[in-house]
Amino acid sequence: MIRTSNLAFQYQKNSPLLTFPDVECPAQGQLLLLGASGCGKTTLLHLLCGMLQPTQGTVQINGRALDRMGEAERDAFRGQNVGIVFQKSHFLQSLTVLENLAMPAFLHGGAFDKHEGLQLLEQLGIAHKANSRPRDLSVGEQQRAGIARALIHRPALVLADEPTSALDDRSTAAVMDLLETQAKAAKATLVIVTHDQRLKDRFDNRLDLTAQPQSA
Amino acid sequence: MKLNGLYIAWRNIGLKKLQTALSLVLLAFGVGLVSLLMLSEKQLSDTFDRNIEDIDLVLGAKGSPLQLILANVYHVDAPTGNIRLADAEKVIRHPYIAEGIPLAYGDNYRGYRIVGSTDAYTAHYGGTVAEGRAFEASFEVVVGAKVAEATGLKVGDEFFSAHGLQDETDVHTDKVFRVVGRLEPSGTVLDQLLLCTISTIWEVHEGHGETVAPEDREITAVLLKKRNPLAVLTIPNTIRETNMQVALPSIEINRLTQNFGIGMNTLRAIALLIMLISFASIFISVYDNLLARRYELALMRTMGGSRGDLFSLLLLEGGLLSTGGSLLGLVLSRFGLVALAQLVEDKFRYDWSNIGIMPEEFILVALAIFVGLIAAAIPGISAVRIDTSRTLSEAQ
Repeated sequence: MIRTSNLAFQYQKNSPLLTFPDVECPAQGQLLLLGASGCGKTTLLHLLCGMLQPTQGTVQINGRALDRMGEAERDAFRGQNVGIVFQKSHFLQSLTVLENLAMPAFLHGGAFDKHEGLQLLEQLGIAHKANSRPRDLSVGEQQRAGIARALIHRPALVLADEPTSALDDRSTAAVMDLLETQAKAAKATLVIVTHDQRLKDRFDNRLDLTAQPQSA
Repeated sequence: MKLNGLYIAWRNIGLKKLQTALSLVLLAFGVGLVSLLMLSEKQLSDTFDRNIEDIDLVLGAKGSPLQLILANVYHVDAPTGNIRLADAEKVIRHPYIAEGIPLAYGDNYRGYRIVGSTDAYTAHYGGTVAEGRAFEASFEVVVGAKVAEATGLKVGDEFFSAHGLQDETDVHTDKVFRVVGRLEPSGTVLDQLLLCTISTIWEVHEGHGETVAPEDREITAVLLKKRNPLAVLTIPNTIRETNMQVALPSIEINRLTQNFGIGMNTLRAIALLIMLISFASIFISVYDNLLARRYELALMRTMGGSRGDLFSLLLLEGGLLSTGGSLLGLVLSRFGLVALAQLVEDKFRYDWSNIGIMPEEFILVALAIFVGLIAAAIPGISAVRIDTSRTLSEAQ
């Protein structure tokens, strides 16, 4: 479903070339990318969703090569097919949690079903916060709302960037359970990028980024 | 539930209430002041034009020609004095003069001037009798529409006049005026006057104990219509030896508005400055928002928003601010005009109640909205240039 080959990225002409091992994950599969801080995890995630263009190599999602698309096309493709969970979930502060869930639909022109949104919040245990401002949520609640936003438009691929690093052990377990079950329920492929060793044993399918040579 | 850009922009500017309020108030004052200036200038020139119509020259006692015009055409200043009827008639009979309408004053009723004249005066301003009939005999009075409204005088009522043109201290209790008619509103000075025959004015003053010989009878002024353009040049020569002068209303009013103009221009400059500051405020508002919301904007890019989407969202925010401020400004200028009209009516008895939107105001509002959009477009361009990946990484 998602596959990379010979991926490498260089921020500036004279900065070191970051190389990445080939990543592959089948449809509806779950993959953990593990790596220490500073090994380019976030860079890889941005490459995977086409926010960065690789210096070398290709990224394919559902058989489509991201580097062959124009920027606007890539934005639209990402909006439609990819949901992203961030380390710290940011929201549009002027909108309510529920309205934030409607944002992906607004931006890629799809329809938003309010009941579906409320149901998802219900499953994530934050339905009572639907009409609250994002800043009035606790960190754990914000992370759940972030998961809801990544899944609401039924993307084929969910990317999670350090989804648990700001959470304590209990919240980590809860958030990961939710992330896994919701991704399964939505029939979405889940790729998690993290340095959080607590997640290591949760996934059979994992790839250690640090084991590979980083710079060439 | 479906979001739209306008709603999101609305919520975004609502998040910074103080900043938004500042932008709105500044623009509203700027636009309001400009629009108020345009409105009052129009009302002023309309008022002047309506009353100046077809009066080529005004004959009256020597003094300030502007005062002569203001007193006898607009009825806002004191007359320059009286002239002898016999002298005035010589001018009226001059071959270059087509028509002369004599005016005589001296008294008022509750601050409204009682003007002695002829039917020609009413006819000149297109006044028609709404109720009753025109004045014929002495002490018969036709009241203007505004006067009737303000004083409650009805056909059949009787009243005493007060000496002078304004105060009511010296009331002539020996002569009774009788209202025989009321005029339709005409939007001219007629609305503010009580009309009677010239002999009425003479008789009131004879009642002061002085009997005036017919050859010494005086009037205040004559409104002249010329038959020949040369009248403007020749009439002043023919009256050089008398105590009379002629003044040209159009020239005097021009001079007056030019003097006003300096003040108007200053006000206009101030209004433009306020508008300029408000645009700066909109710029700062959108720019500030942009800095604080860089992450939100990058986030929108990750959710499929294009650079164009972000740009139009910021443009919408600027557009909302400038549209809101401009419309608020128009409302403000209406309140301003109503207040001003009250003042003008109390002081000069002119009706300035026409507060419809002028075409120039559409241009003003369109211009304000356009500049507001430009003020938002400048930070909008940096929003378009946001590096999504870096912004997201920095925020982690």
